[in-house]
Amino acid sequence: MENNKNINRRDFLKRLNAATAAIGGASLVGCGNASTGTTATATKKEKSGGMTYRTTPTTGDKVSLLGYGCLRWFSLRDKETGIIDQEGVNELVDYAIAHGVNYFDTAPVYCDGECERVTGIALNRHPRDKFFIAAKISNLSPEQFSREETLKMYENSFKELNMDYIDYLLLHGVGMGKGIEEFEARFINNGVLDDLIEDRKKGRIRNLGWSFHGDVKVFDHLLKLHDEGKYTWDFAQIQLNYVDWKHAQEEHPRNINADYLYGELEKRGIPAVIMEPLLGGRLANVPDHIALQLKERRPDLSIASWAFRFAGTRPGILSVLSGMPYMEHLKENIETFSPIEPLTQEDMDFLDSTAQQLLRYPTIPCNDCKYCMPCPYGLDIPGILQHFNKCINEGRMPLTSQDPTYREARRAFLIGYDRSVPKLRQADHCTGCNKCTQHCPQNINIPRQMKRIDRFVEDLKQEREFDKTTYIWMR
Amino acid sequence: MLRKLRIGLAAIFYAAITLLFLDFTGTTHKFLGWMAKIQFLPALLATNVAIVIALILLTLLLGRVYCSIICPLGVMQDIIAFFGRKSRKNRYSYSPAKNILRYTVLVLFIVAMVAGVGSAVALLAPYSAYGRIAQNLLSPLWIAGNNVLAYFAERADSYAFYTAPVWIRSIATFSVAAATLVIIAILSWRGGRTYCNTICPVGTFLGILSRFSLLRPTIDTAKCNSCGLCSRNCKASCIDGKSHTIDYSRCVACMDCLENCKKGAISYTYKRTKATAEAEGCDASRRSFLSVATLFAAGTIAKAEEKKINAGLAIIEDKKAPVRETRIVPPGAQSVRNLANRCTACQLCVSVCPNEVLRPSSNLATLMQPEMSYERGYCRPECTKCSEVCPTGAIRLITKEDKSATQIGHAVVIRENCITQTDNVSCDNCARHCPVGAITMTRSNPNDKASRKVPVVNTERCIGCGACENLCPARPLSAIYVEGHVTHRTI
Repeated sequence: MENNKNINRRDFLKRLNAATAAIGGASLVGCGNASTGTTATATKKEKSGGMTYRTTPTTGDKVSLLGYGCLRWFSLRDKETGIIDQEGVNELVDYAIAHGVNYFDTAPVYCDGECERVTGIALNRHPRDKFFIAAKISNLSPEQFSREETLKMYENSFKELNMDYIDYLLLHGVGMGKGIEEFEARFINNGVLDDLIEDRKKGRIRNLGWSFHGDVKVFDHLLKLHDEGKYTWDFAQIQLNYVDWKHAQEEHPRNINADYLYGELEKRGIPAVIMEPLLGGRLANVPDHIALQLKERRPDLSIASWAFRFAGTRPGILSVLSGMPYMEHLKENIETFSPIEPLTQEDMDFLDSTAQQLLRYPTIPCNDCKYCMPCPYGLDIPGILQHFNKCINEGRMPLTSQDPTYREARRAFLIGYDRSVPKLRQADHCTGCNKCTQHCPQNINIPRQMKRIDRFVEDLKQEREFDKTTYIWMR
Repeated sequence: MLRKLRIGLAAIFYAAITLLFLDFTGTTHKFLGWMAKIQFLPALLATNVAIVIALILLTLLLGRVYCSIICPLGVMQDIIAFFGRKSRKNRYSYSPAKNILRYTVLVLFIVAMVAGVGSAVALLAPYSAYGRIAQNLLSPLWIAGNNVLAYFAERADSYAFYTAPVWIRSIATFSVAAATLVIIAILSWRGGRTYCNTICPVGTFLGILSRFSLLRPTIDTAKCNSCGLCSRNCKASCIDGKSHTIDYSRCVACMDCLENCKKGAISYTYKRTKATAEAEGCDASRRSFLSVATLFAAGTIAKAEEKKINAGLAIIEDKKAPVRETRIVPPGAQSVRNLANRCTACQLCVSVCPNEVLRPSSNLATLMQPEMSYERGYCRPECTKCSEVCPTGAIRLITKEDKSATQIGHAVVIRENCITQTDNVSCDNCARHCPVGAITMTRSNPNDKASRKVPVVNTERCIGCGACENLCPARPLSAIYVEGHVTHRTI
């Protein structure tokens, strides 16, 4: 029992690290190639321009194009005590600021509620005018919709961050859940948005905006409010990357392509902050043959840097967020953005063809953000999905039961599954209660994916026959 | 030479049979499974006439080589006795046979077998006693070692080893196994084959036959100088050096005396001699042994502390076993009765069950015999491992197809526990995982279309595999559990 417990926890942490390693943006292909390393250093010397900055139209802030996403400090938790390594965070923040990064994105719900405090401690060691803090109002569950609860959360952010003003305040995840109805319940009906506008006048909030996931009607509605002059937005945060640019809807019909979102913002001169430039790490950790194509085109660039350059090329982009819990990722990303080498149209077309190839891989668009957790029935949802995706990306998935590598792939999948996720937390325990789906920013129909994986596991365990067509239709 | 041959063969048998109990992956059973099936009692219970006759003939021909080579408990005693002799040379001496004791045990054993008192049979059966020791005491060490390898394999990105759970399936059985080991270890350390010649019913039975064996160690009185070295080194205490006689009912044909005799006076040959000394009364004080009955009391162990969970994972409460009116026995057992009558509780099935379903019973009448429970896993459709390994016919060989049509029990719904009622969420996990489609979801209130759907079981179709019980999210007691059937039937 004792043994089991340790292994489970270790597995969990290991997986966490693996997942975040991918997200940080280091390319495995790049790392393993010594000659690439040398070229990269050469490029670094060439690039003497320093960090690329974009200016906000409202406050004239010069914001670094690389923004620091603070969601993933949880990777720096001590394995035994669970305490986030503050020293480690300080070191990363110091390096980032020294190299021109000045936009830091937090939220009260990140890192089990510790994100703001930890980030605040690290940032407050620097002059207040050296950085911009982005904070959010994460009143995401119905019991927090009331005016009291929402304002309590808002005020608490100032305390946790230990700052008297917020540079960029976002209404967190508008469009999630029940769409417009939920947006109105969270910010309009309780009068909170009016208070925020007041605070913007007072300068407690320097820029007011929102981060958008989900229902495009809410996006359109917010822009309509802007057009009508009811509420004006200083910036907006959207998901943008070379897959979502034109193909978000192919992943899920409820998703909206990023070219539309960006286009609408650009039309109105609203600067866009970009989240998920790597699609939760999936654009850093691509299937091997796709990695090869990218490497062939530019051997000196990492896989992830393509995605960052895509996200940062357009002029209406204010900042591209990356969660960087490891120094290597931070260094690499700073290099990519110092200064950014914009993509040519030809590059863009190339990335679009890459996106189309990626879509042929039936990975599940999970970004390991853990918004779905905790599952009331104990499932490790991101763990299950990450294992599934990992096997697909590594080309270890038995596509049919007649595959010559079937036996080997079967063993790897099943043993790896037990290693990544304890039996009690595996997909077969999903009750389909559907409490998770509403929290998923990627609109993944989690119960359905759990059933699909469960069925796949059963096929493997029972050695039932299946072929290529069995699983594609369930996407 | 004969002695070396005996040791070599014994080592092979002992290692192989031990491996059967250690190998949780079930791969060696294909090649070595027969070694469990040629054990005397299992073969007898399986009414495997050919093997029983072969073993009888073997004993009539060579004496009790079965006890020295095939029986793992016997070999284990030899190993312990070897170290006992290392600590003190010439430690044995001739002692008269404890006939009253051994024949009483044999008669009681036969009575118990006929009367179907499975727990008494299981307690005395030598092969099964060894099985319990291997399963309960050796297997955890083996698996722990495997888990260390799995730990490194994982880091090396290898799938050669995988982690297996280490858990005590039944405190009662574990205690019995531990006590058996302690008693036998003490007896064999001090007196060699004491257990085999006073208690073991198989030993006693084969002893009756070996009196008449064709080949046997015989003392050439012309060469013998009555030094007594043979007596003092006979682990069966059956050589009376003074009268130059050997009690062949107790001799396990270990051939040690052949090599110990400095004068070469003992040889393994065909020679008829008159039957040896009869019983001289039972010296119970010297050979006293603990009443096994006292070991039946099952201790309780503090429940392992709840798992600590990293933030973001809900705590999962352990499942509790429901109270089942009839115990569930595996497909292939045919009926609770058949299993009770034939099983010697060797734990081989328990060792190989990959789904953590089989565990020894703690019920006094069926003590240590396997039964099923679904808190940790369920009887998966692709697995028929227990039926493949069972040496006694308690669990008959069954195909996957037959298994999927064998009703070993049926599911019972406890609606009050169902999360559709307690948590007001939808759930169809039981219905979705039923391999035979015996569960359907229906409105909890037929008049209210908005009411949550709850499972109903078609008991005619249900096979009792426990997928529903195991995967039911209700904890600690499942909202659906399996009630066993006394007699299995095909549906």
